[in-house]
Amino acid sequence: MVRTLTYGALIFLSALFVAPFLWTLLTAVKTEAELVTWPPVFWPEDWRWANFPESWAKQPFGTYLWNSTTVVVLSTIGQVFSSSLVAFGFARFRFPGRDPIFVLLLATMMIPWDVKMIPLYMEFNLLGWINTLKPLIIPAWFGEAFFIFLLRQYIMTVPMEIDEAARMDGANAWQLYWRIHLPLMVPGLVLVGTFHFMNAWNDYLGPLIYLNDQTKYTLPLGLGLFQGRHDVDNIAIAAITVILCLPPLVLFFFVQRYIMDNALGSSVKG
Amino acid sequence: MSDARRISSRRRPCLVPWLFISPWILGFLFFTLGPMIFSLVMSLHDWPVVGERRFVGFDNYRVMLTQDPKFWQSLGVTVKFAAIFVPLNILLSFLLAVLLNVKVRGTALFRTAFYLPSIISGVALVMIWKWIYSKDYGLLNYGLSLLGVDGPNWLGDPNWSILAIIIASLWGLGGTMLILLAGLQSIPKELYEAARISGVPAWAQTVYITIPMLSPMLLFTFITSLISAFQQLTIALLLTKGGPLNSTYFFAMYIYDNAFKFHDMGYAAAMSWVMFLIILTLSMIVLKYSAAWVHYEGEVKGGGNG
Repeated sequence: MVRTLTYGALIFLSALFVAPFLWTLLTAVKTEAELVTWPPVFWPEDWRWANFPESWAKQPFGTYLWNSTTVVVLSTIGQVFSSSLVAFGFARFRFPGRDPIFVLLLATMMIPWDVKMIPLYMEFNLLGWINTLKPLIIPAWFGEAFFIFLLRQYIMTVPMEIDEAARMDGANAWQLYWRIHLPLMVPGLVLVGTFHFMNAWNDYLGPLIYLNDQTKYTLPLGLGLFQGRHDVDNIAIAAITVILCLPPLVLFFFVQRYIMDNALGSSVKG
Repeated sequence: MSDARRISSRRRPCLVPWLFISPWILGFLFFTLGPMIFSLVMSLHDWPVVGERRFVGFDNYRVMLTQDPKFWQSLGVTVKFAAIFVPLNILLSFLLAVLLNVKVRGTALFRTAFYLPSIISGVALVMIWKWIYSKDYGLLNYGLSLLGVDGPNWLGDPNWSILAIIIASLWGLGGTMLILLAGLQSIPKELYEAARISGVPAWAQTVYITIPMLSPMLLFTFITSLISAFQQLTIALLLTKGGPLNSTYFFAMYIYDNAFKFHDMGYAAAMSWVMFLIILTLSMIVLKYSAAWVHYEGEVKGGGNG
């Protein structure tokens, strides 16, 4: 009885969560006429795959894709590298002031982005970074509190004996990090890389504020541009939305085990 | 030899750990602390993007609090949004987590379905919902018409627009749900068994076991939801552009407009500090009163599920 009710509720609710995706996918392959009929057409008469290349051609999406890829790849490498480096520093050394600094690091997670938005804009303007991809890439090379915290947890699960043994063999701190700990925290790195990838790929406000020139635009900005026009091109919006959703979805399916294991395998008390 | 080694390893670590954490220290100085101090200074100035800047003391704050109806209006919209979104977000995440915690086959699949929307946040999310909310062709109003309800003009009616933004935001509750699910799974099964044997009914088990044991996670998600609710900008910016009739003109949007449309950086900086202080105060109040209802297992919990 409970089981049947649970199944019923799960199926109904997950249908609600997935329906918007399917609706968008179906919209993307409809014709203009099918789009504006009532009651809505669920299943297109024939699937117009040509909508995808046609929509792609409506703006310089190739350029946007290149910009998005540049930002995502370069900032993800930076984020994974710098966060793991800092996490190692906090996890494996004792030094005066370590604990207060770590508390400070955790506290920065509470600062709303809006407070930094305006002065950061001025700062990047001063540096001549406005209308370049630098503001979207370079800050990622300085680590992020949440990721540092996450990776520190990973490192702390590695027994100290491993470090001691490596030290005995003459490894210095860098070799300890690079040769021993980095390979051991690969699941954590995948997690950090994935979360950062998704944030960077989906980011709208950052590019909106820092980029003016259309040749510098990222994909989300291009998609947002459809919105400002008078005759809203719904098929193009749906088609580009589907394309924009694909990389995070594909990535998610490959790494979902890591995400679920991390969330559900460890109890994050406190 | 071992002495020499010990000395060198004691001398060297002075600098080495700082080298490892230096990226974050530098980032903190240049991208967090520096900007925040700068923004505090800006908030005390009349600071146009181009032209003469002038020290005005607390004038920006005074004008905002006493002469700017739009400040109060946008703050009202944000508070209203937070007051509805935060409890709903936690309640729904909790219900979904409880459902997923029942041992039935295929939970992994359902879990993925609930989590999926939270990986495509941003513009894509807005575009998906815009079409669903469409007054004439939208899926939502079609669904309502099947139930015999004449659906409202979601994005065009000031009475419904904020609800539209709340629903679209709730679609991305996957992260909160996952945290609560992790919490549920770490509650020792023995507690429920003992309760069952003693004849404690299911609702009482929820009230006296599940909720107290889950309270640290509930507190955590409450605070993070609160912070994200106050920062709400992207969805409103793209879905309704603040309209209709400013019914979704959020506080963060007013900051954004002041800075990048009206080019009044000083005023915008002052507003962002007000937002920071509000968030800080609310978090402190929540933390202070949480002692009464948050239960930490502390020493009771051994190695068990680590």
